[in-house]
Amino acid sequence: MKPPPFDYARCDSMDEALSLLAEHGEEARVIAGGQSLMAMLNMRLLRPSVLVDIAELDELNYINDSSGWVEIGATTTQAVLESWPGLNSRLPLVAAAIPHIGHFQTRNRGTICGSLCHADPSSELPLCLAALGGEVVLRSRRRKRVLNAKEFQVGMLTTAKQDDEIMVAARYPAAQRGFGYAFRELSRRHGDFAIVALAGVAGGGKIRLGVGGLAEAPMVREWDDHLKDEDLADALNDFAWELRGSDDIHATARYRREMVRRLGKKVIDEARRCAS
Amino acid sequence: MRLLKQGERHRVRFTLNSEPVEGLAEPRMLLTDFIRHVIGATGTHVGCEHGICGACTIRVDGKAVRSCLMLAVQAEGKRIETIEGLAAKDGSLSTLQLAFHRNFALQCGYCTPGFLMTLAEYLEKHPDPSEQEIRLALSGNLCRCTGYAEIVDAALEAAREMRAQAAAE
Repeated sequence: MKPPPFDYARCDSMDEALSLLAEHGEEARVIAGGQSLMAMLNMRLLRPSVLVDIAELDELNYINDSSGWVEIGATTTQAVLESWPGLNSRLPLVAAAIPHIGHFQTRNRGTICGSLCHADPSSELPLCLAALGGEVVLRSRRRKRVLNAKEFQVGMLTTAKQDDEIMVAARYPAAQRGFGYAFRELSRRHGDFAIVALAGVAGGGKIRLGVGGLAEAPMVREWDDHLKDEDLADALNDFAWELRGSDDIHATARYRREMVRRLGKKVIDEARRCAS
Repeated sequence: MRLLKQGERHRVRFTLNSEPVEGLAEPRMLLTDFIRHVIGATGTHVGCEHGICGACTIRVDGKAVRSCLMLAVQAEGKRIETIEGLAAKDGSLSTLQLAFHRNFALQCGYCTPGFLMTLAEYLEKHPDPSEQEIRLALSGNLCRCTGYAEIVDAALEAAREMRAQAAAE
């Protein structure tokens, strides 16, 4: 339960960090808050040869609210976003999801971008990014590129980020007028990994549901908001089966499907009420 | 950039409960182990070592964090507070500690430093919490003895007393 040996680089600039990644490739790991990575190192699930610490890069510690997007820098912690005065009005879905992320002590160090890069299938911030149609900004020595959530989130603990890239920012679309947002999560105890997490968006004649905790990555479906209740129930049932959830010690696959059907409906109704 | 090689020990300096401290650590050394074994401040306890139990909670620049999810080398230059810093220099216990004592909010005591450091930050930021809010704030700290009821009582009592003290000042 102690980390394996590695070199440690405390970076003073993004260029230093990118050079180390270019040099070491898959042998290197970026650390900022470390609230997922440190646990994996302690359990020796990872054995990087060098840890590239970007936590002290203050230029990446920002929340930038402009032109319909809220951009969050790589070293901005979950606690900083949680106490951002604009959170409830600009990112109501994220505001509802944040209290479910671990505990306040882990949110004090854990970063938004770190959670997106870790890409646990049950975690809240990747689900919100998927449900809202957000983007991530990746940088390497070679290039800078922007990927949308669907391009970025490719599987369990896996993203489209290359070994020489750092996620420098995440961009969440800000709340739109006339849209409603809702979030629910089911876990045995507060702060546990979600058995099922659901994010609902209603507005513009559409309803959208994102589900975490079942598939290998967050999955999102969108329907016309004029669906009759029985047609929506059929659509949710189809979605629940398509997610291919499995049995584990926390819940059966059947139970998870039922939660998608029932809580899915509740989340959609709640988003609709918020929209009206 | 500071590049620290594996297998070598490097000097780490920070302030611990307002006193400057320093010692040598390999890059892979956890902050918990550094505080306990290198500095010798054994009040901080180690439970699960993967961020679940909360026993190792300390404050870094005022924020309650898991010291098992932080490297000693990441603490360079930080302001660190541990359970040893809660009581006054003459050994008299803090309001929070006295409330734990009166309410039997510990049995074996292993988890207690983590609970106290968690509540130290939480009650500073939320001076008038409800019982439910206290339970939520403590959800990241595990106690296998008490069943939590006494800990919640102690936290509510400490909050009341701290509010009265603040009003009297």
